[in-house]
Amino acid sequence: MSQDNESIIVARDVHKWYGKFHALKGINMDVKKREVVVIFGPSGSGKSTFIRTINRLEVHQRGQIVVDGIELSHDVRNIEQVRMETGMVFQQFNLFPHLTVMQNIVLAPVWVRKWPQEKAEEIANELLERVGIPEQAEKFPGQLSGGQQQRVAIARALAMQPKIMLFDEPTSALDPEMIKEVLDVMVDLAKSGMTMLVVTHEMGFARAVADRMFFFDQGQIVESGAPEEIFQDPKEERTKLFLSQILSQ
Amino acid sequence: MAANIQAKEKIPVWRDERYLSAATQIISSIVVLGLLYWMAENFTEITQQRGISLSYKFLSEPAGFPISESTIPYDPTMSFGRAFLVGLVNTLNVSVIGIIFATVLGFIIGLARLSSNWLFNRLAVAYIEFHRNIPLLVLLFLWYFAVFNRLPSVKDSIVLPGPIYLNLRGLYLTWPRLTETGNIFLGLLIGGLVLAILAWNILIRIRERTGRETYYVPIAFGLLIIFPLIGWFAAGGNPIWLDVPVLEGFNYKNGMRLTPEFGAILVGLTTYTAAFIAEVIRGGIQAVQLGQTEAARAVGLRKTHVLRLIVIPQAMRIIIPPLISQYLNLTKNSSLALAIGYQDLFAIGKVTINQAGRAVPVFIMVMVTYLMLSLITSFILNIYNRRIQFVER
Repeated sequence: MSQDNESIIVARDVHKWYGKFHALKGINMDVKKREVVVIFGPSGSGKSTFIRTINRLEVHQRGQIVVDGIELSHDVRNIEQVRMETGMVFQQFNLFPHLTVMQNIVLAPVWVRKWPQEKAEEIANELLERVGIPEQAEKFPGQLSGGQQQRVAIARALAMQPKIMLFDEPTSALDPEMIKEVLDVMVDLAKSGMTMLVVTHEMGFARAVADRMFFFDQGQIVESGAPEEIFQDPKEERTKLFLSQILSQ
Repeated sequence: MAANIQAKEKIPVWRDERYLSAATQIISSIVVLGLLYWMAENFTEITQQRGISLSYKFLSEPAGFPISESTIPYDPTMSFGRAFLVGLVNTLNVSVIGIIFATVLGFIIGLARLSSNWLFNRLAVAYIEFHRNIPLLVLLFLWYFAVFNRLPSVKDSIVLPGPIYLNLRGLYLTWPRLTETGNIFLGLLIGGLVLAILAWNILIRIRERTGRETYYVPIAFGLLIIFPLIGWFAAGGNPIWLDVPVLEGFNYKNGMRLTPEFGAILVGLTTYTAAFIAEVIRGGIQAVQLGQTEAARAVGLRKTHVLRLIVIPQAMRIIIPPLISQYLNLTKNSSLALAIGYQDLFAIGKVTINQAGRAVPVFIMVMVTYLMLSLITSFILNIYNRRIQFVER
């Protein structure tokens, strides 16, 4: 899938400590344009922490992260630029409960990109159509099901027309029957050529659309490769063990 | 498997939850009504026995006592009712101004308390702990006796730009007052302001809808300047005059005078209540989930926008109910004015009791007035509160 060989995300020797706890121990990763990367691993392995360093919701303390040619440092302008280029979808949706679905989506385009309301609403309607809930625009998040809320959250992130989408366990807080409706949207997005970094345990999704997979454990990348290699011929014992645990469910 | 359902058993009354809850209601109602009846009986019996009149006719009799400060015209030949009204206006003055200042100050201190800036944070903590842990009466005495009563004498007045004179007798402000033609100017000023706000709102909406430049900034400001300017010339160039305080003999005359008593009660109530409001604001903001800030930051909003568009609107629904009780506290605490000689509702009520000898009716009047003030305040704020709650389901 990766036609152009340009790396859009470069992480070099990224370290992160919480107090004395060493959460990320030298992560190296290159993600190319239009690539779909799945990150998986046991809880506490640092996979969420890592994905959150990419739009600087977490601050890394050593190493280098470059997103679309912009280095993440203490430079506030760089941080703002990177956040404009990256959309994020959270486990807990984090929709703004005091705003309608429409207001949730147009907020950032209007305030950050300074688009006219009308243009932003037009795009929001297109996005709601795309995620399959065009009729919910005037409802409040509290009136929607979990699956619908997560789809709104995806639309909200896409409204900024980001170059990269980050997904932090997007289906972990959902009831089983709603997981599919969210995954379908994500598969469509992957097929449309979006660069995606997805922390998930949905191995069906990984098998279907991932270009590469990274197995995280104890703050390190234990193994990485194409889905076929990881599923059929994992090199490391820890990968084998973890996969057998989650696939036997 | 075939279910083995027995025929419905008849529930005895003493186990039927419907009868039980009804019975509880009835019994408790009888007890409460009985108690109220007994109290009312007792009250009328004792007032009759002791010859206490519950008549309010005395309110139209001349009060006969002077009041040191009043916003509305008053002299001792006027009635007790008028004196009571003077007290009410004085209470409202200090409460309304106090609520506004306390809210602004409380907001600033609450935000400072949450600031990652070490100095702001510590200063806010010190401020809050100082005011929360010292009784209000002590603080009022501190402001009155240690600050406002320690000001220099009239001839050594502190002069602030304005000019404003600050001395033992109070604060003398230079105050703008309208001349005879001033109403034309004032009318056009208000008209210009209303038009400017309207134009701003309409044009900014058109800007958002169409994305076309509507020049709302220059147009709104233009209206804001042109209208008063026309008014200025229409009023013959002198719509307002400045009422400057002047030293005559041993005292300042003219200008706007605020008494030391008013100053002390206002500053005391404001600074005290602000500490509590700061904590309310902090609690409300902290109750907004971290995920909200993260999501807002992730879509690229700046810190100030995150606070204004996401955090504060959500915090408000938590802040409003305790904020209402702080407003009520401030209003009720203003009755401590009695201790430093500010002529509020309660202080005048107390003089009235001495002068007219009608303790019971006056006390009822004072209590009902405070009750009404509180109810009106809560009523208004509760309307606002209902509007900002989340819609769920």
